[in-house]
Amino acid sequence: MTASGSPALGSTPRVPPAPAPSIEFEAVSFAYPDGTRALADVSLRIEPGESVAIVGQNGSGKSTLVRHLNGLLRPGSGRVQLDGVDVRPVHVAHLAAWVGLAFQNPDRQLFAGHVSAEVEFGPRNLGIRGAELTERVALALAAVGLDGVAGANPYDLGYSRRKLLALASVLAMRTPVLILDEPTTGQDARGVARVQDVVARAAAEGRTVIAISHDMRFVAECFRRVVVMRAGRVALDGPPSAVFAEAAWPELRAAYLEPPLPAVAGARLGLGATPTGSAFVAALAAGPRNR
Amino acid sequence: MAIELSAVRYRYAGASVFALRSIDLRLEPGRVVGVAGANEAGKSTVCLVASGLAPGVVGGLLEGSVRIDGVETATLRPHELAQRCGLLFQNAATQLSNTTATVFEEVGFGPCNLGLPVAEVMERVWWALRAVGIEKLAPRDPARLSGGEGQLVALASVLALRPKYLILDEPTSELDPAGTSLVADALGRVARETGAGILLVEHKTDVLAKIADEVVVLERGAVALAGAAAPTLADPRLAELGVEPPAAVRLERMVRAAGIEWSAALAEAIE
Repeated sequence: MTASGSPALGSTPRVPPAPAPSIEFEAVSFAYPDGTRALADVSLRIEPGESVAIVGQNGSGKSTLVRHLNGLLRPGSGRVQLDGVDVRPVHVAHLAAWVGLAFQNPDRQLFAGHVSAEVEFGPRNLGIRGAELTERVALALAAVGLDGVAGANPYDLGYSRRKLLALASVLAMRTPVLILDEPTTGQDARGVARVQDVVARAAAEGRTVIAISHDMRFVAECFRRVVVMRAGRVALDGPPSAVFAEAAWPELRAAYLEPPLPAVAGARLGLGATPTGSAFVAALAAGPRNR
Repeated sequence: MAIELSAVRYRYAGASVFALRSIDLRLEPGRVVGVAGANEAGKSTVCLVASGLAPGVVGGLLEGSVRIDGVETATLRPHELAQRCGLLFQNAATQLSNTTATVFEEVGFGPCNLGLPVAEVMERVWWALRAVGIEKLAPRDPARLSGGEGQLVALASVLALRPKYLILDEPTSELDPAGTSLVADALGRVARETGAGILLVEHKTDVLAKIADEVVVLERGAVALAGAAAPTLADPRLAELGVEPPAAVRLERMVRAAGIEWSAALAEAIE
């Protein structure tokens, strides 16, 4: 019924737990029923409050990995721990208070008749009622810029706004761990800026943010740590300055990824590691390095 | 010879506002015309109207003129439209027929319906699978593909029809960077080698910078910017139209904004 060792993790708390738990994957392997081996011996530790981007080719195991954190998938072998507690026996409903996951495809997630009911659903299930519920819904909708359409039917919104709505419904749960599966796909420039803002704010609040993304600019600008997956394994793991540095390019390309343009331009000009536009400009302003 | 939209206004059935307010656009064979714009600016609606699916199949009210090789789309039947113009929907899953057991048969579904000889169907299927780099998926079940794989299969199915005009609504939205550049290269080749005209809706302006001849930027149902790809993608109004400029344009702008002198060496480094 409840996880041994941590009463907080084993019971659905009235108030979401804080601060963020540590996350530990220990030699986790997973194969789907059709035999596809999605994770092969993955070990990874994420400290409370870290912001981590997971990148890699389609089918490299990114989504499979994060689905182990909210109990949608259970490891074939190995262990997943939150705050030192094995999550295997913990029910999905309990994990939901800890780990919020916004799906890649919002249509797998949305079901309510109008926008604010959709956003209410998560926190209501955590036992939130009354003024706090109202406030959470309002803040979550404002965070993604949907405060003007609270009464609309979710399916009257275009794809990009449905995706922001799915994000808002996860935000309203205020889970200490926030997982976003390809949050910027289908977003225009303003949508991407909103998602960047959501990530920055969650990180500033001390929450752990994990995002899967193919958008290397978003990754380099918004995350302190980048994990590169390749064929179910962790191929690279470090800050953007290391993962996108020239020395890592062969490994990056083996994972079918390209470093962001500022990193490439910085290397060509001998400026060192410049994973973002601002790092590139700063290095340029400081002049070529004497090495 | 072209798809031509002149002074087009279009309103969906039951809607109170026009989704398209003022669209002029021309797609010639062998050319790639990129369409960019903020979410809900009318990009997908332009695809439906240019292919004749709106109002022909989805209903609604069309004003102005939409012609394919000089013939008003309103006078063409759905199968006549389908023979001239291939359309790839934004959501690839809605495109697959759900009637076939393998990817090979799925891609062959359209050519078979054109009544082509078996040998030509086979040849077209392999050509289309190779064009988007998914020969290996040929024996797989189309219902059990990842989002990115499904999108490539849907694209191959449209390519196999060898239409004179291709209208593609965000064909790379679910692809990883490697898949995106593969599709971009494939589309550039299809335009050059088969002479197809391609209308390409794409948020990734780096893809447009690579293969588009012209770019049209929409804003609330009207054309806000249009012209040759390079200058249009470098237009300073792009950001306020909700479109992220290509990486090279953005980086150049950041360098100049920092007061650093722009040089040939810098231009070469961000090439």
